[in-house]
Amino acid sequence: MSEAAELDRALAAEAARIRAGGAPHYHERLKAAGKLHARERLRLLLDEDPAFEDGLFARADQPELPADAVVTGVGRVGGRPVAFMAADATVKAGSWGALTVEKILRIQETAQRLRIPIVYLVDSAGARITDQVAMFPGRRHAGRIFHNQVQMSGQVPQVAILFGPSPAGAAYVPAFCDLVIMVDKNANASLGSPRMAEMVIGEKVTLEEMGGARMHCTRSGLGDLLAADEAEAIAACRRYLSYMPAHWQEEAPGAAPVAPAPGPSLAEIVPADQNRPFDMRGVIDRLVDAGSWFEVKELFAPELLTGLARIEGRAVGIVANQSKVKGGTLFVDSSDKGARFVTLCNAFGIPLVFLCDVPGFMIGSRVEQQGIIRHGAKLVAAVSEAVVPKICIIVRKCYGAGLYAMAGPAFEPDATLALPTAQIAVMGPEAAVNAVYANKIAALPEGERPAYVRQLQDEYRADIDVVRLASEGIVDHIVPFDALREETARRLAIYATKAVPVPTRRAAVRPV
Amino acid sequence: MADVRAEMSGVLSAWKVAVGDAVAAGQEIGVMESMKMEIPIAAPAAGTVTELRAGAGDFVQEGDTIAVIGA
Repeated sequence: MSEAAELDRALAAEAARIRAGGAPHYHERLKAAGKLHARERLRLLLDEDPAFEDGLFARADQPELPADAVVTGVGRVGGRPVAFMAADATVKAGSWGALTVEKILRIQETAQRLRIPIVYLVDSAGARITDQVAMFPGRRHAGRIFHNQVQMSGQVPQVAILFGPSPAGAAYVPAFCDLVIMVDKNANASLGSPRMAEMVIGEKVTLEEMGGARMHCTRSGLGDLLAADEAEAIAACRRYLSYMPAHWQEEAPGAAPVAPAPGPSLAEIVPADQNRPFDMRGVIDRLVDAGSWFEVKELFAPELLTGLARIEGRAVGIVANQSKVKGGTLFVDSSDKGARFVTLCNAFGIPLVFLCDVPGFMIGSRVEQQGIIRHGAKLVAAVSEAVVPKICIIVRKCYGAGLYAMAGPAFEPDATLALPTAQIAVMGPEAAVNAVYANKIAALPEGERPAYVRQLQDEYRADIDVVRLASEGIVDHIVPFDALREETARRLAIYATKAVPVPTRRAAVRPV
Repeated sequence: MADVRAEMSGVLSAWKVAVGDAVAAGQEIGVMESMKMEIPIAAPAAGTVTELRAGAGDFVQEGDTIAVIGA
């Protein structure tokens, strides 16, 4: 063998050693936990082998640090280039050393430069304390990862999949992503571990209660999707990216139109009795292409539904009040959920469709103490700032500031459409009659009150009736139930040229 | 044992079960009214109703235990 061939062979052996990751018993530990190795995860995420990988030989001089515990590069998802960083939990538990951080920074900068999405495959013990001076405090150290994420936000899609822990500072990786997918039972994110909590604040708590996937997807709202296993998590990521443009100046990719799934008609689904709850998912099913509904934060604040879908092949974001849960009332969490989703769609040019059936923002001392005004303002501000095509569909009632939160006429929707069951008012007939005529009602003999109240409510109903609202120019059109999808699709096709200048200023002082 | 908690503040309209009744998880065991909407109350777990702490017409605060379901 020539000397060059010998070098080539040695190099191939070295690359194979590094690709294998950590020692076999660490691989066995992964398998026992139902987890895949970083490179197996990438095989599921990407269409084929990565187009390239950078930094394979990082720390090649240290036998126990293959690739310094992270795989970085670019591959294709659905035929389109996507950058990735995948923590290798078999190497020092996926912890971040000096080169790990530098590799992550470089792949972020690559994604930003090439204007392509980035996926963070997270499974890491966090900072490698022994290396802290070389990876924690400095200009191109761990903090820079989050700085980069913030700077890239809204330029290219950023997705985090949590397969395992993401502790302490590393917990901010999902926080700065557009979408966070968590694998049930294995994923975890918390600023301090249960052991640390017991030491520092005296709290005894399990890892799952502290930062488990289910907790984050149902209560904290950090997680957007709870996946049963790793394959499901990765498939969800691929599907999410199919709705997203590669960067903010590109149009979201379309798909072949598909007819909606068969089912009962809208007239059968929507009860005319405004106070009776029903499942808004039925309306979404009639509106969108079959199989295209990709719900975001399904388990968090379910009184508001948010998700991506397609209408005649075109990507849309849907925000819908779900009267089946808490009457569809807006609370602090649902306000945050809506604000976040509207911001996401606006950033990536995805038109928004609002399906309104809202009794308003929740009232009462409990929610005022929680800051319902401040949280609600986030949603109203996000809706106001959204310059993508917006269609406000009044399905049933739309009362009070609920109208503002759902892109009512003052918030520059391209159209306010009303179904025959629509009602718009400051408040519903029951509350309004009581507010205005309480004294008059009380002055009547008790026996005469019910008839008088009924008469007042009927007069009030006539005043907020949808034809009356259309005759005043409040709504742009009244759409028969069976024509809603077609009407929406036709409008979205026309609204595609919408271009609205964004106000010039350094930054809005946003409600947070 | 599972506590049935009010998911939002409002007024209890009626119970659809009585103490001693067996219930399934997710079963609608009562209705409350809030924001002029009917809000169904679901059993958080299967078991037997051991306590109904709120009565029709009572104001209940979000998070209050309004009933208890025993094993």
